[in-house]
Amino acid sequence: MLPLPAFEYHAPSTLAEAVALLGRYGAEAKVLAGGTDLLPNMKHKLQTPAHVVGLKGIAELAGVHETAQAIHLGAMTTVADVARHPVVVAVLPSLARAAGLIAGPQLREMGTLGGNVALDTRCVYYNQTYFWRKALGYCLKKDGTVCHVVKGGQNCVAAASNDTAPVLLSLGASVRLLSPRGERLVPLDQFFLADGMANLALARDELICEVVVPRPAPGTVMGYQKLRIRASIDYPALSVAVAAKLEPDRTIEWVRLVVSALGSRPHQVKRLEPLVGKVLDDATALELGEVARKQCHPLTNINVDTQWRRAVIPVFVRRAVRQALGAAASQ
Amino acid sequence: MSAPPSAPRKSAPLPQIPVLKGVVGRRLRKVDGLKKATGEAMYADDLALPRMLFAKILRSPHAHARIKRLDFTRCLKHPGVVAVLQGSELPGHYGVIPWTPDETALAVDKVRFIGDEVAAVAAVDELAADEALELIDVEYELLPALIDPEASLAEATVKIHESSRHGNVSKHVDLTFGDVDGALQASAAVADQHFFYAGSTHTPIEPHCAVGHYDAQGNLTVWSSTQIPHYVHRELAKVLELDPARVRVIQPFLGGAFGGKSDPFSLEFVVARLSMKTGRPVKCLFTREEVFWAHRGRHPMQMHFKVGLSKDGAIEAVDSKILIDGGAYSSFGLVTAYYSGQLLTGPYRFGTYRFDSTRVFTNKPPCGPKRGHGSVQPRFAFECALDIAAEKLGLDPIEVRKRNFIGEQVKTVNGQTITSNGFLQCLEAVETASGWRLRKGKLGRGRGLGVAGSMYISGTAYPIYPNDMPQSGIQVKLDRSGKVTIFSGASDIGQGINSLPAYLVSEEIGCDPRDCTVVVSDTDLTPVDMGAYSSRGTFMVGTACVEAGQKLWALLSQAAAEKWGLVPEQVDGRLGTIFGPAAEHRATFRQVVQWAEAKFGTLGSTGSYRTQKLGADYRGGTIGASPAYSFTAHVAEVQVDLETGVWKVERIWAAHDCGKAINPTLVEGQIEGSVYMGFGEAAMEEMTYLPSGLHRGPSLLDYRIPTSLDTPDITALIVESIDPTGPHGAKEAGEGPLHPAIPAIANALYDAVGVRLTELPFHPAKLLKAMQARS
Repeated sequence: MLPLPAFEYHAPSTLAEAVALLGRYGAEAKVLAGGTDLLPNMKHKLQTPAHVVGLKGIAELAGVHETAQAIHLGAMTTVADVARHPVVVAVLPSLARAAGLIAGPQLREMGTLGGNVALDTRCVYYNQTYFWRKALGYCLKKDGTVCHVVKGGQNCVAAASNDTAPVLLSLGASVRLLSPRGERLVPLDQFFLADGMANLALARDELICEVVVPRPAPGTVMGYQKLRIRASIDYPALSVAVAAKLEPDRTIEWVRLVVSALGSRPHQVKRLEPLVGKVLDDATALELGEVARKQCHPLTNINVDTQWRRAVIPVFVRRAVRQALGAAASQ
Repeated sequence: MSAPPSAPRKSAPLPQIPVLKGVVGRRLRKVDGLKKATGEAMYADDLALPRMLFAKILRSPHAHARIKRLDFTRCLKHPGVVAVLQGSELPGHYGVIPWTPDETALAVDKVRFIGDEVAAVAAVDELAADEALELIDVEYELLPALIDPEASLAEATVKIHESSRHGNVSKHVDLTFGDVDGALQASAAVADQHFFYAGSTHTPIEPHCAVGHYDAQGNLTVWSSTQIPHYVHRELAKVLELDPARVRVIQPFLGGAFGGKSDPFSLEFVVARLSMKTGRPVKCLFTREEVFWAHRGRHPMQMHFKVGLSKDGAIEAVDSKILIDGGAYSSFGLVTAYYSGQLLTGPYRFGTYRFDSTRVFTNKPPCGPKRGHGSVQPRFAFECALDIAAEKLGLDPIEVRKRNFIGEQVKTVNGQTITSNGFLQCLEAVETASGWRLRKGKLGRGRGLGVAGSMYISGTAYPIYPNDMPQSGIQVKLDRSGKVTIFSGASDIGQGINSLPAYLVSEEIGCDPRDCTVVVSDTDLTPVDMGAYSSRGTFMVGTACVEAGQKLWALLSQAAAEKWGLVPEQVDGRLGTIFGPAAEHRATFRQVVQWAEAKFGTLGSTGSYRTQKLGADYRGGTIGASPAYSFTAHVAEVQVDLETGVWKVERIWAAHDCGKAINPTLVEGQIEGSVYMGFGEAAMEEMTYLPSGLHRGPSLLDYRIPTSLDTPDITALIVESIDPTGPHGAKEAGEGPLHPAIPAIANALYDAVGVRLTELPFHPAKLLKAMQARS
């Protein structure tokens, strides 16, 4: 099998110890949560940290709790637990759905919410073994100077491939970060960056402690749709998250639409203001979908036909809306 | 010209099933099922010997290059490195087909694909070996890479193998039976269509692994995850220049193969030679990526088919021209080129037939035999073309297949002899089970039914290397405890050939099959078997088992008859009890063994399957000749999402004529596994390469195979035609049932949405595009 490169393992039992280790080793360290992405990446020599800081001994990082204002999800909560947690299922159904569609059952029991939020961008020219990348001549994101997706491209366009990111963006969520320098709360729309090389506003000595999702106001509906070739395991080839606040007659007060698995950052669809005041139904959903399609340009960073991924955006938006309305109706 | 077909043929009543002794036809456990389920089974990578080293193989990052310089200086300074190996130390050429030995364990002068083997390192552990690979300095002179088969065929100067006689052609076969052009002209309806099969690979869950141990007495033992221990034995002795009597090959439990472990592979030679160099055992385990470099999967084929039907629907002419993308080495390619044409001539009668198949070398991982070797691709093309032509005549797809049924005890247009043939029963079974008559064409837009049929071999008449010895041997030893030990050289790759000897020997000698120990796949201990390929196991190993069992039964029945004052014909046995006509004629199997041992001395016997002289009298006329052919029919039901092109198979009804199901559970397992694999090839599996020849995604994440959620519901239906030559009437079940899956799905998609996809795999993107182009 592919051997794991050598590293020193640290097992802190408190947040303070973990952050101190990150402060000490900084760029030399990587945090190990579920390991479902870090370990393959290490075997592929995409990341070769000298120090690995394991978080499983820190009990306070896992679990879900709610306040009047927000739902707090610990970074070490497994995505399987997120998917089945009664509060998440009841209050944030699109997040439960997205978490439940990540990878396959075994991986969901290992992978964590913090890990999924912080997922490295993915690309067919990047997520390969060292030998493969050498045969390719490497790429912009790792060990090389050439982008194989965009000929002559100077910016890495590896794809944001996390299922929870578009949903959390649609819900206005933030992440709480901790470092030796203190704590900060960063809204996700500032946390995710449009840079495939470094897609997170996360310093090397910072740790994601929790995801904070504001409690949705009454009348909020939400949905998530994922396109993938297989019914399990696969990363998204396209993902659509929608959230909207509706009047009792389904008139739109505000609507947020996020389309992802395209470029390095989930795309928050712009220019939706004309839809405010309209009734959210199939026709408006298609209108939303058309606005999204015009703004989205899938790339060959994923081995799935780009024209097709773009062509079905309106269908997936409409399905996300239907699902949001259906979920609201059934409550 | 063929005779006009008579009215739709009705299936004849099936032959009477002979009275059996209670084992054949019973749903017994596999002899090794619990070992596998509990983790007790030892696979090659589970072996750990004292002082064992770990080997890794350096591979070429270039698709086509000459090696100018190979320098181990830095590598040998790594503290974990014990030995290194280069191609010049193992220069002997090998190949599974004796006429095309074009491989060496490590590149001797040239590399021919990205992933080709260059050098090897033995180190104290896997990590050290991996690190050491990076310290080998290689200087390459790059050569033009030929990635596209058409470009390779047209290429005038660049040769992938300097020894090829005609450019980059690996094998060309052009055979004609009758006046094809005249028959096409006279046909009432002609389908004239291009098809493409993209290429797929086996994806066994266990990667290739081998352990070599050269001991102090100069004996070499290689444990290898191979499905052909006998060929590995031969090639190891040849390449390593060892006396074959000093070479022992053991096949441990195997985690799947599907044809992907039926060539000798570099790692077997590498661990052997490195063990000889170091005096220590050496293991090599491929990574998943290396399994993609080793490949030998199903060939990409460009296929042009013309199928002409008379006004009654009789197949007057079939004309195919096929370009086969072979990859960098021959492997079984000579046979592939023949199989792409020779295996198509049933279950339907062809009036005339021509096939023109060319296998060409390209600078990509070599293709080879994958379940349904050589014939899955043309079967897809032909069964679609048959539907296209039948539609022009307004004929129902099942009806046209029934009308062209070739029958039993007949010769095919290319001269092969078909013995038993249960194809009509297969068609009727899937027609009934799927509700075809009531539902076909009435399911509404987006849902459809499709049918396809096929034929496959039960072993090839001739062994891969010509010889007059048996293809399969069995030895049985009886112990006075009642224990029956059966020695079988056959290779279990999950299909159950480890269990077959226990079933068939106990059927003959009346013991309880649970009292049998089957010792398998060890060239020092077990008689020769050619290996797990061409679906030969049940027929050939089974025949040997019956013979060995009958010889022992002659002794046992004679001993019991003597005790009871009977003649041997009055004695019978069943599941551990031996008995005669009266109540007092009863003894345990153990008792009878002791009587027989007292009378005859130590008890043992042998059985073998001897090669039959079969096939037609023209060059290549024996390739595709089999002692018996299996037949299959599928009906697939599909549902298409009209907005996205995403489609799913709701169910496949698969009826397979296996002659006689020795263990129906195992036959159903083979049918289900075949349907699964065919579905995967129709839906998603695809070997794709960058223009440089680099595989786009040599991993189980990027090379997608269906998950359990994607897999259709499968109804496996067994048809028993009781072959007159097979053991208890049995034929094959391991590969045949795969063939109709792809065309049945293609035909069902056409029925559902009115567009015909001709290029595999049928990505939803292709279907959506085709639907949009049509509307």
